[in-house]
Amino acid sequence: MTDLLITAIFHENLALTFFLGVCTFLAVSERLETAFGLGLAIIVVQTITIPVNNLILNGFLVEGAWAWLGLPDVDLTFLKLIAFIGVIAAMVQILEMTLDRFAPVLYRALGIFLPLITVNCAVLGGSLFMAERQYEFVQSVVFGFGSGAGWALAIVAFAAIRERLKYSDMPAGLQGLGSAFLVTGLMSLGFSAFAGVGS
Amino acid sequence: MASNLRHVTAPLVENNPVTLQILGICSALAVTTSLSTALVMSLALTAVLCIASATISLIRNHIPNVIRLIVQIIIIASLVIVIDELLQAYAFEISRQLSIFVGLIVTNCLVMGRAEAFAMRNPVWPSVLDGLGNGLGYSLVLIIVGSIRELLGAGTLLGYTILTPASQGGWFVPLGLMQLAPSAFFIIGLLVWAIRSHWVGQVETPKFSLKLQRSRG
Repeated sequence: MTDLLITAIFHENLALTFFLGVCTFLAVSERLETAFGLGLAIIVVQTITIPVNNLILNGFLVEGAWAWLGLPDVDLTFLKLIAFIGVIAAMVQILEMTLDRFAPVLYRALGIFLPLITVNCAVLGGSLFMAERQYEFVQSVVFGFGSGAGWALAIVAFAAIRERLKYSDMPAGLQGLGSAFLVTGLMSLGFSAFAGVGS
Repeated sequence: MASNLRHVTAPLVENNPVTLQILGICSALAVTTSLSTALVMSLALTAVLCIASATISLIRNHIPNVIRLIVQIIIIASLVIVIDELLQAYAFEISRQLSIFVGLIVTNCLVMGRAEAFAMRNPVWPSVLDGLGNGLGYSLVLIIVGSIRELLGAGTLLGYTILTPASQGGWFVPLGLMQLAPSAFFIIGLLVWAIRSHWVGQVETPKFSLKLQRSRG
């Protein structure tokens, strides 16, 4: 379990190794505070949606899930994309309303990022990886938290670097997007050095 | 007709979805370890983008504004499922290599972005052309990055040996880094630099200028 957690955070980091959620990663990393808020929101959403999707996949969609109804041959795995995206959108909506009702301070901090998360490929990607690697329920909880934490770690570190970067004197063509890509590449190189840890 | 053609040509380089609009980067980086996966992914995405733009543009006047995102996602997800099943049926090996990234076309911001920004407001034909143009612009970046990574990383293109590697008696030593994740970031970063050195209008203005300090010091 610890292996899975450490691998999910470092070596198989969703943003830096699998390029998931890079659009948001580049767009919302101009300031450290917002990056931190988004990272927190991602951890929460990943930890909830991946286990829930795991239950839905194993309870309704895999071949044989409807055996108790006398339909052992029904295989609905092709529906997993629509099911997952629906669950994610619904979960984000519920989370938003719950936070608004019970933790208004946190809601104000995370509020604007929550709708963004629905279309963040890191969240859908995490669920699809869970399906592809056939994790059990407990593994999916650990993987959900680990992958969210890894993504958050990456974006916070990247935002911190970027805050310094804007004072640097670089070629005009590299300004902004170009330098962001190069820095992400270097970070990705750094994270791949964790390859041996935890396995 | 000329203005329609503009929808296809503009996104190729000048207004490229990947290097300027920052859309659809995730998949552009992930599937480019070899040229064949890059080509298949480009085809899949361009097909989804064209059909999704056409469908959404066709029913744009009947979609209630409040639920338009859900409608768009459902249309796109259905198309992606069809493409995914087709790939698994006719190109199983490539589909294995693309792993989850075909499914991730659903959340690819390029498809959603064009649907929201263009197809919701324009008639069918321009929307299809816009989808085609953006799909081709995306494909162009994928093909460039895919070729560089496969050629320098393994000495092959589409599986045919171009540069004979040293292990088979040639002179070329494959660069292992090219097959790993960081190189994709580097290549796109350099590509952005090259494009912006040529089309200077795309250069982002620095948020903080050093000129002031220099003149004082």
